[in-house]
Amino acid sequence: MTEHTHRSMRTPLGRVRHLGSAHHGTRHFWHQRLTSVANVPLTIAVIVIVMGLLGRNHAAVVQILGSTLVAITMLLFIVSSVYHMWLGMQVIIEDYVHDERWKLFTLMANTFFAFAVGLAAVFAILKLSFGL
Amino acid sequence: MMAEAKTTRLKERPLSPHLQIYKPLLTMMMSIVHRITGGALFFGMLLLVWWLIAAAAGPNAYASVQWFMETLLGRLILFGYTWALIHHMLGGIKHLIWDLGYGFGPVEREWLTVATLIGSIGFTILVWLVGYLVMGGIR
Repeated sequence: MTEHTHRSMRTPLGRVRHLGSAHHGTRHFWHQRLTSVANVPLTIAVIVIVMGLLGRNHAAVVQILGSTLVAITMLLFIVSSVYHMWLGMQVIIEDYVHDERWKLFTLMANTFFAFAVGLAAVFAILKLSFGL
Repeated sequence: MMAEAKTTRLKERPLSPHLQIYKPLLTMMMSIVHRITGGALFFGMLLLVWWLIAAAAGPNAYASVQWFMETLLGRLILFGYTWALIHHMLGGIKHLIWDLGYGFGPVEREWLTVATLIGSIGFTILVWLVGYLVMGGIR
């Protein structure tokens, strides 16, 4: 096997516990940046949309939220943001949760939360658009 | 480790320098705030989804969301959410600039970080002022 010299960046504990690359490359990092770039214009757009809805009654809100351009903007925001926060929370969990079972549980909970929240929002926007 | 120690002189250095070793700097504090606001926005998404589902569900459900947002607690949560969203966005733009390799100088990194803080507070107040103007007064 490989000889480990003192110049190795890996800690002895990390070596013993077989820690190291998960061989996922830079995809996680890249998607975090990709969604962050998308989120800048989308967040500004959503703030403008929400401000335009302040103080309006339910019927007006439904009409505006369900209109094509607004609904597409909201859908893009939801998909990009939920993916972004899913990736972000994964990093937070991996940084702070060290117990293996608890880490597995919280990582699963993170995924379930992201899917549930994302799909619920998408369903709501589609329902508003199609008036079902 | 023990066997190796006699052949090479190992200096006792921390393998991962930890928080208590550095004195707190603004860039470092804002890095932590970036993560905290990100975590807050993770749960803040529930608020947005609650609002969307209520709008889709009907006038009664929507009225209860409106009622909650007009309570003091609702207003505080909304205000915090606005700031967290804008601060995380500006902090994110700063990180994108750093990712591209710019703004690392001792002067630039400081004013960039100060700009995210002043910018987030300024824009949050602006958004709320315009918001109250749209609604025609404080309520």
